[in-house]
Amino acid sequence: MRIPVSWLREYVEVPFDADLVEQTLTQLGLEVEEIADLRSTVDGPLLVGRVASIEELRQFNKPIRYCRVDVGEGGPRGIICGASNFAEGDLVAVALPGTVLPGGFTIAARRTYDHVSDGMICSGRELGVSDDHTGILVLPAGSAAPGDDAKPLVGLDDIVIDLEITPDRGYCLSIRGVARELSHALALPFRDPAAGPAAGATPEPPYPVTVRDPIGCDRFAARLVTGIDPDAPAPGWMSRRLAIAGIRSIGLAVDVTNYLMLELGQPMHAFDPHRLAGPLVVRRARRGERLTTLDGVDRALDPEDMVICDAGQGGVDGVPVSLAAVMGGENSEMLPDSVDVLFEAAHWDATMISRTARRHRLWSEAAKRWERGVDPRLPLVALERAVALLREYGGGDVDPRVLDIDAVAPPEPVAMPVDLPSRVAGVAYPPERVAELLERIGASVTVDGDVARVTPPTWRPDLLAPADLVEEVVRLDGYEKVPSVLPVAPPGNGLTPTQRRRRTVGRALAEAGYVEVLSYPFIGPAALDALGLPDGDPRRDALRLANPLSDEEPLLRTTLLPPLLATLRRNLGRGLRDVALYEIGLVFHPSPVRTPPPRMGVAGRPSDDDLAAGEAVVPRQPWHVAAVLAGEVEPAGWWGPGRPASWADAVQAARIAVAAAGVPATVRAASVPPWHPGRCAEIVVDGRVVGHAGELHPSLCAALDLPRRTAAMELDLDALPLPGVTPAPAFSTYPPALIDVALVVDAATPAAEVQRALVDGAGPLLETVRLFDVYSSEVLGAGRKSLAYKLTFRAPDRTLTVEEAVTARDAAVTVAGDRLGASLRGG
Amino acid sequence: MSYRNDPYDPKQVALLDQASLDDAVAAAEKAFAAAGDPDVLRSLKPAHLGDRSPVSLARREIGALPPAAKADAGKRVNQARAAVQAAFEARGDQLAAEREQRVLAEEAVDVTLPWDRHPRGARHPLTTLMERIGDLFVGMGYEVAEGPEVELEWYNFDALNIAPDHPARGLMDTFFIAAAGGAGAAARPGPAVPSAPDASASGLVLRTHTSPVQARAMLTRPLPIYIVVPGRTYRTDELDATHTPVFHQVEGLVVDKGITMAHLRGTLDHFARAMFGPAARTRWRPHYFPFTEPSAEFDVWFEQHRDGPQWVEWGGCGMVNPRVLRACGIDPDEYSGFAFGMGIERTLMFRHGVGDMHDMVEGDVRFSRAFGMEL
Repeated sequence: MRIPVSWLREYVEVPFDADLVEQTLTQLGLEVEEIADLRSTVDGPLLVGRVASIEELRQFNKPIRYCRVDVGEGGPRGIICGASNFAEGDLVAVALPGTVLPGGFTIAARRTYDHVSDGMICSGRELGVSDDHTGILVLPAGSAAPGDDAKPLVGLDDIVIDLEITPDRGYCLSIRGVARELSHALALPFRDPAAGPAAGATPEPPYPVTVRDPIGCDRFAARLVTGIDPDAPAPGWMSRRLAIAGIRSIGLAVDVTNYLMLELGQPMHAFDPHRLAGPLVVRRARRGERLTTLDGVDRALDPEDMVICDAGQGGVDGVPVSLAAVMGGENSEMLPDSVDVLFEAAHWDATMISRTARRHRLWSEAAKRWERGVDPRLPLVALERAVALLREYGGGDVDPRVLDIDAVAPPEPVAMPVDLPSRVAGVAYPPERVAELLERIGASVTVDGDVARVTPPTWRPDLLAPADLVEEVVRLDGYEKVPSVLPVAPPGNGLTPTQRRRRTVGRALAEAGYVEVLSYPFIGPAALDALGLPDGDPRRDALRLANPLSDEEPLLRTTLLPPLLATLRRNLGRGLRDVALYEIGLVFHPSPVRTPPPRMGVAGRPSDDDLAAGEAVVPRQPWHVAAVLAGEVEPAGWWGPGRPASWADAVQAARIAVAAAGVPATVRAASVPPWHPGRCAEIVVDGRVVGHAGELHPSLCAALDLPRRTAAMELDLDALPLPGVTPAPAFSTYPPALIDVALVVDAATPAAEVQRALVDGAGPLLETVRLFDVYSSEVLGAGRKSLAYKLTFRAPDRTLTVEEAVTARDAAVTVAGDRLGASLRGG
Repeated sequence: MSYRNDPYDPKQVALLDQASLDDAVAAAEKAFAAAGDPDVLRSLKPAHLGDRSPVSLARREIGALPPAAKADAGKRVNQARAAVQAAFEARGDQLAAEREQRVLAEEAVDVTLPWDRHPRGARHPLTTLMERIGDLFVGMGYEVAEGPEVELEWYNFDALNIAPDHPARGLMDTFFIAAAGGAGAAARPGPAVPSAPDASASGLVLRTHTSPVQARAMLTRPLPIYIVVPGRTYRTDELDATHTPVFHQVEGLVVDKGITMAHLRGTLDHFARAMFGPAARTRWRPHYFPFTEPSAEFDVWFEQHRDGPQWVEWGGCGMVNPRVLRACGIDPDEYSGFAFGMGIERTLMFRHGVGDMHDMVEGDVRFSRAFGMEL
């Protein structure tokens, strides 16, 4: 909300000091988004000028005017202007050469469009007083003489504050509320703009109204003004204040309602009674009813919406002419020639308005105030001000009759232990201090023993519970008075095993050369298609967002790979050639339970059954780890050529991750998309496949524009068992016996199986086995390969003899031969 | 050897006179000094220390001496032999040292050559920062709590005193999960709009803050509760220099008997000093959060800010709203609590001078590599 300090000063004499105002508001909890001291934003002469003559320059491809402007000097100045919203004789604001406008723009006399332009005719936007840049600022006729200082006339004698009001402070969406808060903080007297006398209800209403739903509308007041001058504009000060708030001036009657909404916080509506055929009926809408609101949108109404209806049409229920409290209808709005005005000031149910505004996506200024709560005692005061302002500036006769249907319940007193603020804040507030602070905000307080009975003021519907009152006490006394005391927590248990594991796996991959990234989890069906996932693949069963940021990516990832590969491609696109990435994050699998969760209240702990039923709806979200790599994993250097990333690096990354998790894994050949069917491994832990690794399918690389041979791995971290307590190893200090064996096997035989056969056959004397060469040649024969292993034997209790080692070696080879047809090379 | 008991004529024992011994020693020293390498030195050993060397022959002659002279002669011969031996060894050591020095000189390399055959990886600084914060609080006895990112609306909103029609619900810019197969599954195109009352037929959202974990903790953990909750959160903001739809928060929750705002301030001040140095402290501004009452936003005084020491907006905090305690089955008359939270991205931005949100979310390896494994 943008408001000028000059307006606040009508009700509290705050100093014209931007720093002080900003600091005070901040300490009150009213966030200052921006504060602009307009007195210093335009540096140099800004004078009132009268447009003496206008010469249209038509030789350019846009409208350009050469104006002679009288700024109270000997003769007029020549000024070029691109706007056309003014006429000869109009008063305008002229910045003379040398003047600096907001943004550091210095005016200079310069030659442009074949003329010397000796100054600038300014728009509201150029002066920083409004967002209006559709034309230049035309000053009200007769408001000043040429040569006068234009700054006060355009509002450049003020400080403008842009406030962000939190949802609990509806009353601060008004000059009245902000001025009241400032008066508390600065200990200055406050004059309540709502305190003036206002005419009460008369036996006869100015217009017949029936309220059918006093829950949705607990107060409805109205007054009538007839015979106004339809052409009378709003006074300059009013339209200027509206402009600062970002509200366009559209006619005196509507401007008055908007002005009073800003000043008092009471949204109002102005009907043209001549466009109503009969009495007004205030009721809920019926299914199927429609209304075209002032923004031109034809809306289907909901049975929860409150509407104001014209009972002169469509039977006793009438037809809707206004979406109550949110936006008026086109069929009853004021027209340019309307001469009678029916002002409505009502009080609506906040929850109803909140739902209506959201349902219709209609965040009007009125709705914003209603859903935060409006003082129900404002309607008559607002109407009194409205008719007075309208009569003063638009003439007409004020109908003496006043309608006021009032079903407002008075605020409920809140009982608060008087020491509660002290107990919450850790600051001692004596009972009299508590009462004083709460009375300052307008509450009435009676302290009865240990209990304070606090009746909040009508403009504070947010004060419902003792905790709300505590905040007021602490806030007004000052948050800075709360001392600093470090509480001592009971002993904790440290990180959980899964938390430690996630860290260890991440660090292990980083140490292995992978760089962590944190990708967005949003993917599209196209990404799943590109992976080549068959129908029925569980990774295709993805959660869908109802309101995705991009229609291309409405799904939540079921695998880390699509976003991670996109990140890989972004890096490659930036000219980075050798990239290895990893990510640890959640993937999302819909719950098999697809019914909505039970409705759970908040009055107390939900039942265990409801909590369990709710939990069953929550999608399964396991932690995954994935890695991708392209380019070279070892760069070329003076030591020799580089080593390109391959399937083997991806499989090793998986091994590193599982090893870091502290569990043993085996690797088996597999054929799973999106991997190359001949270069894909599955990682198996405890007989369960926990992930895959290898080279990506060439068609995926082509589709994603990734280098061929890009490799990847992905593991379900949550599928890994926790390692438990690692038993200490027993190892021998006797000397080892080392024997190499080279086995010739069928080329398709997995090395892992050969190794397992050797281990099984060698028996307990085998300490380690390590494959050190893989070799194939014509000598071995087609389809054969040689695997060379280094075997280390060691006994726990003695030095092995050569014979013992050879016997064990032979046993190992025998098992490999029996199991896999392996033969000793050269044997 | 059979000489020992042979009778010798003393006149024949010429080698035992001191001059001869001195000559033998001098000759040996000269010969050793002339040896240019260990092999030559070794070849000289028999002539000066071997069985037929002058000092060895002189020793043999001792037997021929009268007993009275034997002790003196033996002593002199031993001295001579020791001198030769010492000269041999000294020269040997000298030559070995010279050879080693030569070899080492020959083996010198250019140690400035790079050996970056295994480029280092890195962790994302957001991860590192979250862990660092977690560790700080674990050190204070807190535990690290976590929860799902796709969350029941009840935990994300209702339990936290954000009723379905509360204005704050509209301010949260929530991503809603479409209902399975139903009408809600139809994508709602265009910029996200806060919930229409029917928007979330699934009852599920992407959590808009880490606070639902508070509710989960209060419903499942024994009292008292001291937890810190780092995690990923979502709001329908378009990515720009200061916003991202996917971001990270960390929040703390304490529920215990007698907890006051003073404890909250003490905790935040300690946290601030741990993150931003001993001069750091916090400043509160009244604010509004549905789940805390009273509530505040807080700034931290950060001396090392790249633009000079200043107050920086850091996060939000407050005393747990009694309504939240009640919804989670905790008696607000017996227990009270505080909660605080802040954005990890924001913290990283001002602590390290990150200028643009894009750098944190795009995954450019140059960004994470600059931070390495620690912050």
